[in-house]
Amino acid sequence: MRLINRRPDRASRLILVLLPFALLLFAYFTGSATRLTENPNDKLLPSAVQMTEAIKRVAFVPDQRTGEYLLWQDTGASLQRLAIGLAISAVVGLCLGIASGVLPLFSAPLSPLLTVLSMVPPLAILPILFIVFGLGELSKVMLIVIGITPVLARDLEQRAREIPVELLIKAQTLGASTWTLILRVVLPQLLPRLLISLRLVLGSAWLFLIAAEAIASTDGLGYRIFLVRRYLAMDMILPYVVWITLLAWLMDWGLKALTRKAFPWYEGARP
Amino acid sequence: MSFISVKNVWQQYGDQVVLEGLNLSIAEGEFCTLVGASGCGKSTFLRLLLGQEVASKGSILLNGQPLAKEPDSTRGVVFQRYSVFPHLSVLDNVALGLELPRSTLLGRLFGAAKRDAREQAAALLHKVGLDHALDKYPTQLSGGMQQRLAIAQALIMKPRVLLLDEPFGALDPGIRKDMHALLLELWRETKLTVFMVTHDLSEGFNLGTRLLVFDKVRIDPHAPGAYGARITYDIPLNSDRRAARVALDSLKTI
Repeated sequence: MRLINRRPDRASRLILVLLPFALLLFAYFTGSATRLTENPNDKLLPSAVQMTEAIKRVAFVPDQRTGEYLLWQDTGASLQRLAIGLAISAVVGLCLGIASGVLPLFSAPLSPLLTVLSMVPPLAILPILFIVFGLGELSKVMLIVIGITPVLARDLEQRAREIPVELLIKAQTLGASTWTLILRVVLPQLLPRLLISLRLVLGSAWLFLIAAEAIASTDGLGYRIFLVRRYLAMDMILPYVVWITLLAWLMDWGLKALTRKAFPWYEGARP
Repeated sequence: MSFISVKNVWQQYGDQVVLEGLNLSIAEGEFCTLVGASGCGKSTFLRLLLGQEVASKGSILLNGQPLAKEPDSTRGVVFQRYSVFPHLSVLDNVALGLELPRSTLLGRLFGAAKRDAREQAAALLHKVGLDHALDKYPTQLSGGMQQRLAIAQALIMKPRVLLLDEPFGALDPGIRKDMHALLLELWRETKLTVFMVTHDLSEGFNLGTRLLVFDKVRIDPHAPGAYGARITYDIPLNSDRRAARVALDSLKTI
């Protein structure tokens, strides 16, 4: 049988899904064990026990200086920044995308501008953000907003243009004004697409968040990682990275589930 | 006075002349079928009637008034594809036509007004044979059912003109026949003036009370775009159907 026609059944599929993860873990822990037997003080590849100890220290023991539980405090701060940034970007991106994708008079000035703006490397203007917005929360949120809004807006603009013109004409024959047409036809059709776009920019959003936190912050997951880097505390960095990955994956999964639940018509309607 | 009069209408895109010198006068309640080779301007003419495009020269009058330059609720339309909204249930696809004109701020009705709109929509959907599918989404319907829905959606506005752009072009022959019966029935019940573009000549002859054939009279082989299509034949059809309709109308006015 040709390779292209061979499909895994349920059981072998599960094994195939888990296999690369298992291999990865296996490679890590053998490497870690080898290094630690040679030098018990090695910090580069900490063992599972060492990492568990580090997690216990930050997650379940209050910090001696502040009395806070560091992991949860960092997670809360980071997620708050991320959520505010994503929410602002989603609303602004949606508005710009609709205006530029549906209204030719708005498209003429907006579309080229968005294209150019999306080419500006957000990290390159991070210093400007710090200068303009200070070192507080605002500049971190703004970095996320500036980084992902043009991407969202351009994607949604494209999706809005893909709405068949027949539907827009039909809505007009049903008595829609420009405003109600956007409200009842364009917006509902773009919302599921917005969720998908958000999933795609989630990685960039985390990137910008960690970058901003690494440079100027007093808490946050990115801040903590860059702080303990000074002590080569791999036993803490690695769990933090895994935790961030898990959070990002959960957000991705949540958005996917929300798309399915809130827009049951969407899967079938894609051309 | 005629209901729709088309006076010396030309349509051209750049150098490409699509329609030239169209003159027509259509009475209210006429069922016009538009036939002709591909690319001869039938659909362009329909878009002019719809207001999706504006003629380069000439004028189209509806009831003596120049046609609005954009689509509005006086003219309903059914396209071959993409006529219904994928994000709305069958019921709401039709109820939308009642909601949009009545709520200019949100385009949405609430409470009793919404129930009332949905009831009216359901009654019309019953008429086109979709009462079993009110809660489904259009993608869950077959092609024929989607076109039934599109027709119901257009008719809820009680338009005076219904424009059909190859509405049954993608349907099976059997289903097409059902759709013809449905369309004729709806046409008889309302005072609708219908324009229907079709590729299927027999469909054109069977349904219409008037058949308009679009064709190029002049052809310059060196400049294919130099001349546009005209209406080469204007054939009255199914006079019994037309007469029945006129008689019925006169009965109603007594």
